[in-house]
Amino acid sequence: MNRLAIEIPGLSLKNPIMPASGCFGFGKEYAKLYDLSKLGAIMIKATTLETRLGNPTPRVAETASGMLNAIGLQNPGLEKVIAEELKWLEQYEVPIIANVAGTLTEDYVEVAKHISKSKNVKALELNISCPNVKCGGITFGTDAAVAAELTAAVKAVSEVPVYVKLSPNVTDIGEIARAVEAAGADGITMINTLIGMRLDTRTGKPVIANGTGGLSGPAVKPVALRMVYEVAKQVSIPIIGMGGITTVDDVIDFMSAGASAVAVGTANFVDPFVCPNIIEQLPEKLDWLGLNHVSELIGRSHR
Amino acid sequence: MIRQERMRVVKHREIAHNIYEMTLIGQLVHEMKSPGQFVHIRVSDSYEPLLRRPISIASIDRETLEFTIIYRAEGRGTSMLATKNIGDEVDVLGPLGNGFPIDEAAPGETVVLVGGGIGVPPLYELSKRLVEKGVKPIHILGFQTKEVVFYEELFGELGETHVVTVDGTHGHQGFVTTVLAGLKTDFSTYFTCGPTAMLVAMENMYPDKKGFLSFEERMGCGLGACFACVCKTTEQTAVDYVKVCSDGPVFAAGVVHI
Repeated sequence: MNRLAIEIPGLSLKNPIMPASGCFGFGKEYAKLYDLSKLGAIMIKATTLETRLGNPTPRVAETASGMLNAIGLQNPGLEKVIAEELKWLEQYEVPIIANVAGTLTEDYVEVAKHISKSKNVKALELNISCPNVKCGGITFGTDAAVAAELTAAVKAVSEVPVYVKLSPNVTDIGEIARAVEAAGADGITMINTLIGMRLDTRTGKPVIANGTGGLSGPAVKPVALRMVYEVAKQVSIPIIGMGGITTVDDVIDFMSAGASAVAVGTANFVDPFVCPNIIEQLPEKLDWLGLNHVSELIGRSHR
Repeated sequence: MIRQERMRVVKHREIAHNIYEMTLIGQLVHEMKSPGQFVHIRVSDSYEPLLRRPISIASIDRETLEFTIIYRAEGRGTSMLATKNIGDEVDVLGPLGNGFPIDEAAPGETVVLVGGGIGVPPLYELSKRLVEKGVKPIHILGFQTKEVVFYEELFGELGETHVVTVDGTHGHQGFVTTVLAGLKTDFSTYFTCGPTAMLVAMENMYPDKKGFLSFEERMGCGLGACFACVCKTTEQTAVDYVKVCSDGPVFAAGVVHI
């Protein structure tokens, strides 16, 4: 028995650990360091219909126990992602979750329609929460009705289950979660980054060229955990939890709060081996907790 | 191959005002091939500060498995690094990036190595390799002021060396370009690392020379995955952008739009 295996819509995960979108590119860089087949899944970098060159630099700034980024969805565009990046990833025994982004509903639909046909794409992650682009992204994720409408439109064309990535930059995240569930979402991934800012103390001007950026890293974990805990009580679709996960204990916390699997983001930059390390440490942690299977963790906080 | 290793500090001293030289020992040195590559250092095992610090490699000794970095203790991270003692361990990821192409200079040729401030260190290993190959380096090293000048003698042992300070307190007064303008010897290639303004000046001064420039940009992962350190390229370059960490940090003149 594989005590780490998790089954959620579209995804047979050999373990519940996956790198988060935007923190792992399309896997090539990390493939030089370890076998990507070790991972539960890979959430690839957001893909848009056309090539995007992203925001001006500086795009990142360090903050207390965290970092801000405003990359701006830089990616080679749908066609290249399918023909080159996804094709290349086929050599690994790992399901891919394709993060889909766009400016208009039609963009999302077009990307979803095509990318969901790729052999190794087992689920989509609808990016309605990127805080760093002027149009699209977060504008879809902060209004329940708009989020639901987009979810339904993508669901109608996708050949694989659709997970919706929620923004924490809202008053009531539960409302958005319920709305996308009602619109047919197969799962939820949460949270995206929190909008933040850092100033150059000398000049008083923002350090990041975009002005604001998305806050991530250990600093956001308490917020993310609280939101997963809240949403888990309100929906019955599975949640992939993320937000500052750095250690195996963080994984235990997110699953206890109600996540069925987790994604590791910023920690990949600090320790590129963090995902395989956590996977290796998980069984021992289950022993310590007296649990046979990782699924026994899910929603422990609510029982 | 890129490795991660806890390496031991074997030497650590301040060699100029706020400029530190640190020597680390470990197996990772086996992987260090090309001058101009960098390492990504975690200065603390806690979440503070969170990210690694990219620091260029100043010299490599593959026999003793030691390598040296030179850094300026300026921000939070490098100031913490400066407190490390001999015997302490430092988490090092590397070697990263692509260094200077020594194959571009043939034995017998004269080349110039132009460094500015904390951009000077990678030129030291480069110069050693060029000299080993029979290439004659001329070093032009620019600093703000006398108290931050370092490695003048060491570069002097490898070839002709000119030091220039902005305030004229040591060596020539002015910028590296001041010295270059008066340079009598012709050269085939230039290699440079320093502030962006200096890189721009080098490209403008020698539009027809073969040149290689080492860039700096704020980095996240250091591996090419996060897209934090991208630079726009010039129109004659085939790709739209390059990543300083994984495509660079060294690029041929004319590739990066500066």
